[in-house]
Amino acid sequence: MIDRNQVLHVARLARLILDEQEIVAMQRDLGSVLDHIETIGELALDDVVPTAHVIELTAALRADEPVDSLSRQATFAGAPAVSDDGFIVPSPQA
Amino acid sequence: MAVSAGADAASAVSYEPVIGLEIHVQLATRTKMFCGCEMSFGDPPNTHTCPVCLALPGALPVVNELAVHLALMIGLALGCELAPRSIFHRKHYFYPDLPKGYQISQYDEPLCRGGSLGGVRLHRVHMEEDAAKLIHMGASGRIHGSEISVVDFNRGGSPLVEIVTEPDVHSAEQAGEWLRLLRVTLRQLGVSDVNMDEGSLRCDANVSLRPAGTTALGVKTELKNLNSFRFIEAGIRAEIARQEGVLDAGATVSQETLHFDPSSGQITSLRSKEEAHDYRYFPEPDLPPVAITEQMIARARAAMGELPLDREQRLQQAFGLTAERARALAFRRELGDYFEQAVAAGGDHGATPTELLQTLANLIAVELPPRIGSDTDPFDCSVTPAAMLALARMLATKQINMGGARTVIERLAEHGGEVEAIVAQEDLGALGDGDELATVVAAALAAHPDAAERLRTGNQKAIGPIVGFVMRETKGRADGSEVTRLVHQQLGL
Repeated sequence: MIDRNQVLHVARLARLILDEQEIVAMQRDLGSVLDHIETIGELALDDVVPTAHVIELTAALRADEPVDSLSRQATFAGAPAVSDDGFIVPSPQA
Repeated sequence: MAVSAGADAASAVSYEPVIGLEIHVQLATRTKMFCGCEMSFGDPPNTHTCPVCLALPGALPVVNELAVHLALMIGLALGCELAPRSIFHRKHYFYPDLPKGYQISQYDEPLCRGGSLGGVRLHRVHMEEDAAKLIHMGASGRIHGSEISVVDFNRGGSPLVEIVTEPDVHSAEQAGEWLRLLRVTLRQLGVSDVNMDEGSLRCDANVSLRPAGTTALGVKTELKNLNSFRFIEAGIRAEIARQEGVLDAGATVSQETLHFDPSSGQITSLRSKEEAHDYRYFPEPDLPPVAITEQMIARARAAMGELPLDREQRLQQAFGLTAERARALAFRRELGDYFEQAVAAGGDHGATPTELLQTLANLIAVELPPRIGSDTDPFDCSVTPAAMLALARMLATKQINMGGARTVIERLAEHGGEVEAIVAQEDLGALGDGDELATVVAAALAAHPDAAERLRTGNQKAIGPIVGFVMRETKGRADGSEVTRLVHQQLGL
């Protein structure tokens, strides 16, 4: 079970506002997810080398050659608000 | 360096600043880190974007080969250990400059670890992508109090290398000096424009204080985006003073991210610093590890050339230059090249006296730049390296004095030509130990009997008006040390 403050902390990172009921529900749900993850600890993994990826591959590299970018029209097509200069967003400092 | 904490030094503790630097370097590639959008500065906003750097669903990043190559050059130049397999991670945070909700960076397997430069140890060097540019709009136009922001994704996804030092820096001045060394090293490598105005070199400083003589680290704050050498030093100085005030008042410094406003000198809190695990790093599933091959390392090494610190040492050892002159020449590659070409114009430098080489270095490092424009490449002016060697020879043999030499450089910078011809034409040749100079000195002593008398009784400063008279009479052609010798001789001193 994770505590209330941990729930609020994770909610803040996700920019979510939770009401009292949701906090209790999240505490329960996140707790059960964590309990499930804990079961991995029961596996015998001493001989398994830690890995960052499932498939043993190395990255293909790309030559430093420019390709066409999108038009400004296409770039802005799905944006809710634009100005001449770019995408308008609520100020993170406001 | 320990600084005294406040005016009440008798009761106050003296603190030692402990500073670590984080430097973001934009790499000199044609395209972004993970997509083929062209790099730009000053182009209309949002004209260099694509599904990858706008984070459209389904777009996949692909690593820029040149960015890896340039990052390897940096790692080699800084003496880092290079990871054979380097892993990209997702670093999560929500901010409008980051469309994916995470930045592709590196975490526990960075490209380079360790190393050092100029006595400052390095912690790591890793690759990452830059965030987009946010322009905050508001009544004041400044970051605080803005209501809306406008995002320009041209910069988003630019290839960066982040260089993190160990906390080996202990003053604002040392930080500035070290960053200059780093910048000149990166410029020499050709891996970046290292232009602070355009943001291709950006610096954050982690600053903490501890009581002088202790070793435990104090709580650190992070000063963000110090975008000129002057602001870096001013910002660090201001933060050291602020922390001294906090500690002297018996309070504790809280860990936070700070913004330094160079116009007011004020430091303000930017946002509470998130703990590292708040970024929820995990391996970037879209990018397999980058394998660094021996071939790649060999290619990076071959592209490096001589580094400024190495050149500084070689110039000292090979030519007997002082550390200061060697640095001036080594830290501006074109001045160093110009000097070495001037030396070569004289044939085997083994046969060139050290004194002449020092004179030549002095002319090229100190006298030439202000006369051709301090940022001008000397190879782009009409003063040839061979002419500078000829001039240095005349100086070393006292055929001309420094004032005359300066005039010669000015004439050469205006229209080129032969040194000897200019000296003859403008009558710049030094008056040596001949009778002519002795006569002028005698006249000077006669014209300034008071000064002569004071000089005779041991007042060395009294020589001023006498030398001044000689220089006027000879139109500055007299050799200063020769005048002094003659004055002393004629006064029987």
